[in-house]
This record gives sequence, C-alpha cells and structure tokens, in this order.
Amino acid sequence: MKVRDLTELAVRNLREALLRNTLTTLGIGVGIASLVAMLSLGVGLQRLATQRLERSGLFNAIFVRPASDFRRMGGGANPAAPGKPTPLDLKARQAIAHLADVQEVYPQIRFPTEIQYAGNSYPTAVAGIPASDRASGAFDGMEGRFFSSPTADEAILQIGFAQRLARQPETLIGKQMVVRYAKREPLAATDGGKGPATGKTSPSAPTAGFSLVLKEKDLQIVGIVKTDPEGFGGFGRGQLFVPLDVAEALHATQVTDLRQVLRGPSSVPTYAVLTVRVTSPTRVPTVEAAIKRMGFETFSLLDTTRNLRLFFTVFDLLLGIFGGLALVVATLGIVNTLVMAILERRREIGVLKALGAADQDVRQLFFSEAAVMGLLGGFFGTGLGWAIGRALTFGTDLYLRRRDLPAVNISFVPWWLALGAIVFAVAVSLLAGIYPASRAARLNPVEALRYE
Amino acid sequence: MMGATLQARDGFAIRAENVSRHFQMGQTLIRAVDEVTLSVRKGEFVGLLGSSGSGKSTLLNLMAGLDHPTSGTMIAEGRNLAAMSSRELARFRNQTVGIVFQAFNLLPRMTLEENVELPLRLAEVDRGERAARVREVLERVHLEKRSTHRPGELSGGEQQRAAIARALVNHPTILYADEPTGNLDSATGGEILNLLWEINQTLAATIVLVTHEQPLAERFAGRIAFMKDGKLVAA
Repeated sequence: MKVRDLTELAVRNLREALLRNTLTTLGIGVGIASLVAMLSLGVGLQRLATQRLERSGLFNAIFVRPASDFRRMGGGANPAAPGKPTPLDLKARQAIAHLADVQEVYPQIRFPTEIQYAGNSYPTAVAGIPASDRASGAFDGMEGRFFSSPTADEAILQIGFAQRLARQPETLIGKQMVVRYAKREPLAATDGGKGPATGKTSPSAPTAGFSLVLKEKDLQIVGIVKTDPEGFGGFGRGQLFVPLDVAEALHATQVTDLRQVLRGPSSVPTYAVLTVRVTSPTRVPTVEAAIKRMGFETFSLLDTTRNLRLFFTVFDLLLGIFGGLALVVATLGIVNTLVMAILERRREIGVLKALGAADQDVRQLFFSEAAVMGLLGGFFGTGLGWAIGRALTFGTDLYLRRRDLPAVNISFVPWWLALGAIVFAVAVSLLAGIYPASRAARLNPVEALRYE
Repeated sequence: MMGATLQARDGFAIRAENVSRHFQMGQTLIRAVDEVTLSVRKGEFVGLLGSSGSGKSTLLNLMAGLDHPTSGTMIAEGRNLAAMSSRELARFRNQTVGIVFQAFNLLPRMTLEENVELPLRLAEVDRGERAARVREVLERVHLEKRSTHRPGELSGGEQQRAAIARALVNHPTILYADEPTGNLDSATGGEILNLLWEINQTLAATIVLVTHEQPLAERFAGRIAFMKDGKLVAA
C-alpha cells in the first residue's frame, strides 16, 4: 500500500477507538514530556552555568607569566635561550595582542594602599578592572553603577570594605575618597649601592632599582559590588576597584616589583602577569600554545570546563533515565492498545487479507498507527515538557525574587531536544508496535474471518 | 513467479488435483478436504453443494488462495497456488480472484465506496482511476445512489451487492461466493444469484458458488459438484 493510503487508514482506525487511542497518545505525551522537562532542566542548568562562567571571563582567559616564575611547570621556557627567560614587557604584550583570536591583553595590577575617608585611614588593596569585565556578570545587581569611562577617576568598593567605611554602605556612593599609594620611581644606575644598605651589594650584578614615592589620588565612589569580581583570577584580592587604565597610570609599586629588581637591571618595565582574553573558550588551547612558543608560561581553566561538561553529561544522563521511566510505562501502553486492537479487529484483518493485503501491508498498517500515535504524542509531549520547564523557571524566579536574587532561566528546550523528542517518540512507538504488528501480520486469514 | 506458473492452455480456470486439507485437533486428524480432484473451465458457473461440515468452504478457501493444501496441487489460472509465497498469494487474491462471503464482511466504519475502493488501495491503483472504477462497479450492482452510506444503513441484499461490487472492482477472472444467500431471504437470495449469473454471462467470469441450497444452485449454475465428508462425491 502507498504511504498516503496507509496513513489515511491508520488515522481512520485511530479515530474509531478515539478514547482509548487518545489515552494511549496522552500516555506517550506524558512520557515524552517528563523526558523533555528533565532534559530541558539539565540543558538549562548547563547553559546557565556555562554562560555565567563564560561571562565571568575565566574560561576564555589565559594567564601569562615569564617562564621562570612558574618553576618551569610545563617546560615553557624560552627555547631560543634556555638560560634567559623572555621578558614579559610591552613588546611581548603587543605581540600577544596581535595573535589570532585574542580579544585583549592587560596586566594584573594590584597594590596595597591606605584609603583616607572621613578623617580615617583604612588599609586595603586596589585592583585594576578592565572595561570588558562589565559584562562578566560580577557587577550585575551592584549598588550604583560601573565606571563611566576607562579613564574615569572612579572607584567601586567591595561590600565588605564598604561596610568598614560606613554603616550604611549605599550612602558612600557619590562621595570622594583619597587613595594613598607608593609610586615606583626608577633610579638612575649610578644611584645603586649608595644609601643605608644593610646587605652587601652583589659585585657581579650591575646596580639597579627604584625608589618609592608616596602619592595620593582622589577618587569618586560610584558603586558597591556584592560579589568578588576577581574570582579565581585574583592574586592578593582587591577590595577597591578602579579602571585598569587609571591603575596602570599610577605606576604604583606592586609586590611583584621586588622580583624584577632581584632579576637584574632592565631598561624597560616588565609585567608580572598578563591576562589574555580569547574570543571563545574553544580557542584557548591554540592561543595558549602560541604564547608558550613565544617563551612564556601560561595557565588557563580549560580543564575545569572539561570537567564541567563531563559533570553535566552524567547529570543529563541521570535526568534522562528518570524521565525515560515514564516513557517505558507509555511504551507498555502502546503495546497494550495495539494488542487489544488486534483482538478487536481480527475479522477486519481477515477481510483485508482476503481482499489481497499481504502480511507486510497489515504489519505496515499497525506500524503506521503506532507511528501516528507516537508523532502526536511526541508533539504534545514536547509542548508539555516545555510548559513544565517554563513553570519550573517561573516558580524558581518567584523564589529567587523573594530572596532578592536575580532571576535565572533554569530550563531550556533547544531545537535539537524538541526534534529529538519527537523522533524518539515515533521510534519508541514503532518499537512498541513490533510485536503487535507482527502478530497481526501472522494471522491466518481463514481463522481471522471465522472470528466473531 | 515462473516456478509457480504452469503455462497450461487447457481452458481450465481452476484445477484441483488430489487436494487434501487436514487439521490436527488434539489426537484426532480432521480430513476437511480429502483427495479432491476438480476442474472448473474458464467462464463456467459451478455450484459446490454439500451439507454443513462437508468441506466445501475449506475447498473454496484453498481455491481462493486463503489457505494452503496439506497435499495435492491447486492450479488457478495456470499457477500452482501451493508453490506460491504468502506475498504472491496476497497478490493473487487481490488481482485474480474476488471473494463474496455469507456475512458480507464489509468494514462497518467505511462507506460503501470506501469499502469497494479497498482492493484498489491494496493494488496501489492511482487515486484518479479509483473513483471511476468504484462508480462503474457500484452502477453494475445498482448501488450508485447509496455510495456514501455505511453498511449498517443498508439492507442485507444491498450489503451483499456491495460485497459483490468490491469483489469485482479489480476485474478478477474468478469469483468465489461462499454461501452468499445464507443471510438473506429467498427473494433477495434469488436476486443475488441472478446478479452473479449476469456477471458470469456478461463479464465471462468463472464463478464457484458454495451453497447448501440445491434449488437455487440448480437454477443458476451450469454444473453442480457435491461434497460429503471432505470428498467430492459427484461433479
């Protein structure tokens, strides 16, 4: 029989036992819905976690240091000159910035400071924040606002520090504060060795260093952030954030400057750590390899992403198994419905065979009925599963809003899940139809015609 | 299939040679059809008579390709049915023969035209051609005005006429009728047999009529064969 004829007959047959077939189709639908709802939850949570982590910039970031700083971890020392590490200076920074897939390169700037506010002095650490961090999600829901420009003399405070400054931290917004810091002033080479040295100047090393000059900078407080914007990337966590360009322009002495002095004289300033932002986490290995080839040590959190994917794969599998249980019950429902249909339609099968239906025609007819039920159940189930997911998201949002937390989308039905669920519903229905269809096809026409 | 085709040009539509159909019922062997040899010429109208349980319906099932003989050869239109596969037999039932049953066996959910169209669907005849062929056979049995009715809305005689139309729609060369008047009153039964006779005369279709009503068979059939206890006692 032609496909169109088969489908017409199948739909006609299904319409005849409308209630039973509708209930069976609903059974498939509910099974698919539970599967879709579970998987949409898994996909949604994975998406949420991935998006948050990607927005945090940790998974598309590579931290670069001069080779010697990493105790030769990974053997990334300059292959051209094994004994002399390549300096991580402005030239290197520009070279890295020109690599393919590199979005931006910036130094990590953190330095100790004393804050003068309302006549009191508060020790803390300042961290430079690049403008791109605005989209990281760390500043979502902050009090006040982000920096108005990359060069604005503005500051954002971490809530813990803000509470030290004022009982009601929100009152700090708009106020001025003074940042006191130690500016690094390079010394002329001849100055080396003079002064009240308690140690002996190395005779083999040319003398070099810098002097510390106390400086002050006025900043306006524009925001208070509850999270820790530096996340994993922080080394000596900052509690006061200023635009990176402003922090860089201060030339404040950092703890790592000591290392540079010990390393020997250098005509150009070098960076302790550079952060390299890559266009996408998938490009991290390529860029990381390129930077290593330049003679630097690198570190990224890509392995953590892999582990995260592994976790969500297992999580999805478990959710799928629980969701699939309902589908198993629905499958038994299809088998039952079709077996009942064979008993009821035994005579009809006999008539069809007497009129010239081959075993294959009868088998295909029952398969078509199973497939139609599967298709309808698949559409219904996918819709229902999506609705359950939306309801879960709605409920979660209500819960989060009551706790003054931002809303999140915990459920997501991607196109492949919707399509896959419908295909799966049809496949499962066809599988369930194998036994009844084969039984119907094997019926002896003479015996079937005798059936009352 | 060439293996199952006998290129006989002997003028026979059906030839049963020593055909038996036995059934095992527990310890007992039932010889429903036992060593029957019967030939029906093309265009012949044969009445197959016998009392209930004589084996006439079983023989008809074997001749129609609905059942396989336990032994013997059943040749229909030059083809050995015993050598045919299940698929070939289905095709044979669809294209070469038409079967009319005592209980009409129309599908109650379908209209008359849908019932009549069913063998055409199975034969994968184009949709455009189907409507014309259904109309043609319904006109032949005078049911063209009842084409959209369901079987339940028709009288017994009309239902049997519809069953005959369905049997004729694929232009078969052999028409089997198994007690076609069994569920009808005598006047309607007469009309049905008259219709079969007309078909035999105008379409030159070979007709095998299974019945236990000897007067009707004698009135319409050209030849009568008698069965008793699975054996052909007179032909």
